[in-house]
Amino acid sequence: MSAPLLSVRELKVVVGGRHILHGVDLDVAPAGVTALLGRNGAGKTTTVRGILGLVPRSGSVRYDGHETVGMTTHQLVRRGIGYVPEDRGVFAALTVAENLRLAERDADPAYDLVHELFPELRQRARQAAGTLSGGQQQMVAIGRTLLNRSNRLIIADEPTKGLAPRVVTEVAVALERAAQAVPILLVEQNLALVRRLAGHCVVVADGRTAHAGPAAELLADAEKSRTLLGVGRRADAATGPGGDR
Amino acid sequence: MSTVVLLCITGLGLGALYFLVASGLSLIFGLMDVLNFAHGALLSVGAYATWWAASHSFGYPLALLFGTAVGTLASVALELGLIRPLYRRPREQVLATVGVGLAVPALLSAIWGADARTFPVPGALAGTFTLLGASVPVNRLVLIGAALVVLLALRLFLGRTRHGLVVRAGVEDRAMVTALGIDVRRAFTLVFAIGGAAAALAGGLAGLYFGSVDPTQGGSLLIFGFVVVVMGGLGSVSGAAVACVVVGLVQQFANYYSTAGLGDLSVVVMLAALLLVRPSGLTGRLA
Ligand SMILES: Nc1ncnc2c1ncn2[C@@H]1O[C@H](COP(=O)(O)OP(=O)(O)OP(=O)(O)O)[C@@H](O)[C@H]1O
Ligand SMILES: [Mg+2]
Repeated sequence: MSAPLLSVRELKVVVGGRHILHGVDLDVAPAGVTALLGRNGAGKTTTVRGILGLVPRSGSVRYDGHETVGMTTHQLVRRGIGYVPEDRGVFAALTVAENLRLAERDADPAYDLVHELFPELRQRARQAAGTLSGGQQQMVAIGRTLLNRSNRLIIADEPTKGLAPRVVTEVAVALERAAQAVPILLVEQNLALVRRLAGHCVVVADGRTAHAGPAAELLADAEKSRTLLGVGRRADAATGPGGDR
Repeated sequence: MSTVVLLCITGLGLGALYFLVASGLSLIFGLMDVLNFAHGALLSVGAYATWWAASHSFGYPLALLFGTAVGTLASVALELGLIRPLYRRPREQVLATVGVGLAVPALLSAIWGADARTFPVPGALAGTFTLLGASVPVNRLVLIGAALVVLLALRLFLGRTRHGLVVRAGVEDRAMVTALGIDVRRAFTLVFAIGGAAAALAGGLAGLYFGSVDPTQGGSLLIFGFVVVVMGGLGSVSGAAVACVVVGLVQQFANYYSTAGLGDLSVVVMLAALLLVRPSGLTGRLA
């Protein structure tokens, strides 16, 4: 693949004296979706948080050709990163409109796109985000990243977790649409979705990179995906949108 | 009846002082998780600066403005000089504010003496007026009016401005604010400026209320400020507004109808009772 937009080497994270990441390597291609996979507790979320500087980290995180390990989170994000955290990170006491407004960085935010993909957000603009359903909150979280056309990378941590199949589809459509313009680093347990969206994938296990390569190749290899991801049919069925099995 | 009216207005006046102290404390704690023990010192800085200016024939309004400005600057200096460098060391941060809270009164008594200094109250504010048969000091109304203006200004700031939006979001989840590309530390400096301004204003008004300034005023008002913050719900400005009225009134009435000093005790008992029933305070909400 051409020169990666984001290139992580030997990423190590220690939280509260505990070594959580021992050395994660990953590259995010300058286009399309790169999936970050791994079992529960493998260190996917910590990897993402480490990349963004939300936890103290060491190693190398090169973004757009620049080393960013010395930067603060807001400095890095201002270079064009949209982040959808695992817990969605919406501000419960703020309205939907306020949540979106807070995320505006561009002079001309793409509300047309956000409202086209998630019309509900327009109707619920004045509703406190804390009273939204999980799916609607996820729309706010994703909407925030789509608002800034200047974003050059989106990092989404399990955006379909715990969502009803219909909403999973809606989120998948939004991600697919976003991926046409911006590369995405996608943490996802829903392998049907990974199959549909991702070109490349990186697998972490026990805080280390255990595998990297084309997503289709890994998913086609039942034996390998079972050992690396610990998923049989069961995990797939638990979160899958159906239709792809 | 006239006693009740007087006690009410005086209680509200005192409550106004508590609110000015508590609103800043509450915002600072809500956003930064810093219990600012130096907040009383900021009040004292404001009180002495106002007193100094008023004694040098500034005229009270201008003196109050001067005192508030000095307190604001002191607060910003405190944030930039002490709080920010200790950002990742919360325990040291609190200790630093305790240190400032002790050092400033010591410094003030070293310069102007430990005794109370008479505050030059302007003639227009020294008098009383009659309300429902009670003869009420005019300055109580000034205090209440100032607190209402600050409450309104804070609500507009929090509800209508981008900086206010950042503060409200930061109270909920600081890390997520930075993950949206916002430098939340600027909001820290801002809430210290706002909190310092309100505390210093309280200092200048306390001089009016008590008729004198002394180095310990800030510390004793701070204690009730903390009570109001905890009762109102940490980080909630509206909660603080409600709590300060309750605390001011209960204190006045208890002090009058029982032995003096029981008012302060009843406030503490009330706080304990409230915390047992509602651990998150009256509202648990911001703005
Ligand atoms: N703040 C923390 N303190 C202590 N341990 C932590 C902390 N954060 C994460 N861990 C541990 O680090 C490991 C990796 O956690 P992480 O959240 O990165 O996993 P994950 O791959 O995202 O899992 P999941 O699929 O369940 O979301 C887990 O064992 C977790 O318990
Ligand atoms: Mg995770």
